[in-house]
Amino acid sequence: MPYKFVEGVAMADVAFEATGKTLEELFESAGRALTNSMIENPEKIEAKETVTFCLKSTTEEKLLHNFLSEIVFYKDAEMLIFSKYELKFSKKREEIILEASLKGEKIDNKKHHMIVDVKAVSWHMYKVEKTDAWKAFAILDV
Amino acid sequence: MEFKKPNFKKISDYIWEIGTDYKEGMRVPARIYASKNLLDQMDLHVYDQISNVATLPGIQKYAFCMADGHSGYGFPIGGVAAMDVNEGVISPGGIGFDINCGMRLIRTNLTINDVKPKLHQLVDTLYKDVPAGVGSSGILKLNPNEFNELVDTGAKWCVEKGYGWKEDLERTEMYGGVKEADSSKVSKKAIKRGLNQVGTLGSGNHYLEIQHVKEENIVDEKLAKKWGIFPDQIVVMFHCGSRGFGHQVASDYLDLFLNVMESKYKIKILDKELASAPFNSPEGQDYFAAMSCAVNMGFANRQTIAHRIRESFAKIFGQSAEDLGMHQIYDICHNRASVEKHEVDGQMRELIVHRKGATAAFGPGREEIPPFYRDDGQPILIGGSMETGSWLLVGQESAKETWFTTAHGSGRVMSRAEAKRKYRGDTLQKELEKKGIYIKTVSFAGLAEEAGGAYKPIDEVIESTHNAGISKKVVKLLPLGNVKG
Repeated sequence: MPYKFVEGVAMADVAFEATGKTLEELFESAGRALTNSMIENPEKIEAKETVTFCLKSTTEEKLLHNFLSEIVFYKDAEMLIFSKYELKFSKKREEIILEASLKGEKIDNKKHHMIVDVKAVSWHMYKVEKTDAWKAFAILDV
Repeated sequence: MEFKKPNFKKISDYIWEIGTDYKEGMRVPARIYASKNLLDQMDLHVYDQISNVATLPGIQKYAFCMADGHSGYGFPIGGVAAMDVNEGVISPGGIGFDINCGMRLIRTNLTINDVKPKLHQLVDTLYKDVPAGVGSSGILKLNPNEFNELVDTGAKWCVEKGYGWKEDLERTEMYGGVKEADSSKVSKKAIKRGLNQVGTLGSGNHYLEIQHVKEENIVDEKLAKKWGIFPDQIVVMFHCGSRGFGHQVASDYLDLFLNVMESKYKIKILDKELASAPFNSPEGQDYFAAMSCAVNMGFANRQTIAHRIRESFAKIFGQSAEDLGMHQIYDICHNRASVEKHEVDGQMRELIVHRKGATAAFGPGREEIPPFYRDDGQPILIGGSMETGSWLLVGQESAKETWFTTAHGSGRVMSRAEAKRKYRGDTLQKELEKKGIYIKTVSFAGLAEEAGGAYKPIDEVIESTHNAGISKKVVKLLPLGNVKG
């Protein structure tokens, strides 16, 4: 699992580090970390419904922040959590474009074991960097 | 990241100052209001974060941190700062993502002997009737136009639709609504996130608690009596905020401020979560209007839940909420910014006061206090952990040095991960039941994260605020039953 929760940096919140060889992998890892911070058993999320959206930004860092915020948005607005990620990146002039198709299902208290509700993706210590692979660090406000 | 511990200047046993020489760019000193023991327990990030707050443009006198302070981002939790409305900034990081997170306290004429035999039934009913946890649907089903009306108005909208009593508004901070709200400044996304959440508790440290009054815990007998508190009484306290709506408002404007802060306003900050814009700028004013909508949503959310609690009690005890004497004592917020008049160096000035995990604590006579309480001082509700109890306090004139502000809760001393390693939710539930506290939870993992041991001792926090003169004890309330989101 290319993400891990990081301790000792956020007293009341949840921090994670996600990695990926490609941007697609990084975004999926970060999305899974976010979902796993809310649901103990994300393997139980079935791919019953699909949402698609398109995001643009000039940096990968900002784009990932927007992507995670979108997952938080769907959790409240549609009560959806996701388990399957189809992500396509392209570039147009200075902008990186993400076309996302996420599959999941509505939150079911009996089936999905809740931990805590994520309110937002904070900017505190938030970072995306590329060395050999992509790496992101984020703190979720819960 | 390594932070150096400041050389604190002791102002009193409960006030500790960090001088402007601690960090480059500090415009004012920072002051922490806590006992020495609580000060020593604070993580080093608190000192770093409160001194960052002291660098914000327009800050007056001091950056404050309350006794329950712990690290957050941008401001620490427990952080307070007042900026001049003309020269200063407004920062979403000084309010938090959960705008108008707050507490409401409802009294009853029931005693512990009336409730004990029906405690399980009552808590189970409240658990069923008051939606809680991730992905729960609200009590109110609104269309976007109705939702806009609600966030423009606040708790009054709910009362007019039959969710609550008119007198509730006179027992709510700001009468449950702020006039600066303007829903045209709120994104469609924020509305979509909040639409289905009016009347939901949420999760994390949000809860609904049945509490009781022990005679020996009444500290100010005269005031307790006037406010309708008596020995052995049952009261209901709950803690929640503006839900996804407020979270989205904060996220939207944080992004906007990050875009304009340096390029347009030449403001340099030490932490992205301190993103700011001049209060007196189009962006600053738009955020203030949108934030005010979230303040109204918080009041409306708690108003709707209060109505449902009254219905649940009526169902269990076979009497109307009126006959059960379920009057509201108070509702108060601990995450917001508001424009207030305060004395600065002998002159009354208009300030934008940021309180993040800190409660307004107006002293007697202040016009912000509803008439029923004005002569006494503002009632203040401070929630403790589900094991240790909560407090009802009253505002003091001597709190003017903190812009009439006091603490808001216990404050964490243990991270969520550490708490989950140390406690098991199901074991904790059983142990608490042995102590006479019955808990229903959406999540055992979430319950473990909220164990009493993960928090500072509430009595020590209250002692600090009482002795520092920023709020005075009225009564301690002990948990009996708890619904945890």
